[in-house]
Amino acid sequence: MRKSRRAENVRPRPERNLAGEPGSTGSKAPPADKAGDGADSQWPLWEVFVQPAQGAAYEHSGSVHAPDAEGALQNARDVYSRRGEAIGIWVVPSTAITASKPEDQGPFFDPADDKIYRHPQFYKIPRGLKGF
Amino acid sequence: MMARVAPSLRGKNTRMAMTEQTTEDPKRMAEFEARIARGESIEPKDWMPERYRSQLIRMMSQHAHSEIVGMLPEGNWITRAPSLRRKMTLLAKVQDEAGHGLYIYCGTETLGVDRTELVDQLLSGKAKYSSIFNYPTLTWADMGVIGWFVDGAAIVNQTVLAKASYGPYARAMIRICKEENFHKKQGYEIIATLASGTPKQKAMAQDAVNRWWWPSLMMLGPSDANSPNTAELIRWKVKRKTNDELRQRFADITVPQAQAVGLTLPDPDLKYNEASGHWEHGAIDWDEFWAVVKGNGPCNRERLAARRAAHDEGKWVRDAATAHAEKQARRKRSAAA
Repeated sequence: MRKSRRAENVRPRPERNLAGEPGSTGSKAPPADKAGDGADSQWPLWEVFVQPAQGAAYEHSGSVHAPDAEGALQNARDVYSRRGEAIGIWVVPSTAITASKPEDQGPFFDPADDKIYRHPQFYKIPRGLKGF
Repeated sequence: MMARVAPSLRGKNTRMAMTEQTTEDPKRMAEFEARIARGESIEPKDWMPERYRSQLIRMMSQHAHSEIVGMLPEGNWITRAPSLRRKMTLLAKVQDEAGHGLYIYCGTETLGVDRTELVDQLLSGKAKYSSIFNYPTLTWADMGVIGWFVDGAAIVNQTVLAKASYGPYARAMIRICKEENFHKKQGYEIIATLASGTPKQKAMAQDAVNRWWWPSLMMLGPSDANSPNTAELIRWKVKRKTNDELRQRFADITVPQAQAVGLTLPDPDLKYNEASGHWEHGAIDWDEFWAVVKGNGPCNRERLAARRAAHDEGKWVRDAATAHAEKQARRKRSAAA
């Protein structure tokens, strides 16, 4: 079923719900009750963010499939932290993430390009002043 | 102007069928090639030629399958490891291989292909995986040689792939390379221990070396003259070295390691070239390589059967996890109501 869909799918793939069902859109909450249907289907996809050390920012590590958040957390630990690489893990349903589009990179980010006065190098300070 | 936002982090795989002819927009193609030339990293939602996408899906999924099938020859020996130390380390190594498979499946999925589809391709026998895992593991010494040779060759390959132009692939490789050195060292330790043991133990190590040396050289892929994908993958900086270059590097690293533990490699033509500084090996039996790739190696059928059985026997675990998640969700809903 998935394969035939692929052949027809010439447009950007529809947003999947977390059960991986084609065509159902809109639901952002993990519909754990739809993940299985008894068939051997694919579990929802979760993005994994890991905090490597005390005080460090969480960083994207990769993704895991799991039937629910708790399972995703456990899978993320087993896949991305087998050697103490993490002191904290976040898992987020992949479909809940909104990302900027690469083709809009220019217009989306250019408001920052002409504001060089946001950098300290823009400003002049009197010569001879040490240790500003 | 509001930028459009994309709902997911995945790329879209609009045409699964490989198109041999380039039907891409020439302008976009030129931009893409310029990005590659500048050494930029291609990310999942960036524009890419369908051929680049399909080549990556092919290559990455084969790589992921190899990690998964690679657990089988070693898994056979976990219960027969000669000591608790050896059992713990072998178990940890096999767990790592599972993890490595998952890193690469996760990377492959960013190209817009589903995990189930990839797993189906492996289980149905449609997908390929590394030829090396179709050889049998006859003695405990094979565990040593696999870590030393097979993981050694994999490190040579993956260290270069860590600079691949596709970001998610390169990042998976960096993660894997960090972990793989332990694999090679645990294997070499097994061999070094056997090689300095009783004559019988040393003979066992030598026998394993004799059986695995040639398949290990082959696992780095067909010679450059017969590798149809290499030129394109190098041009797009997915691969940064040819199969023969990787093979040479593997030989140069491995020959002195064999000498250090007093073992010989089964190649009468193996010689050191003073001028080039390389160890030159004899002719590889490519007929054997292609026979194994085409499904007629010693263990092809056994490996797939074992993988299918593991998948089928694991179904109740997946079902139970799904049922548990459903129950938790129901409880949460009724508590909220």
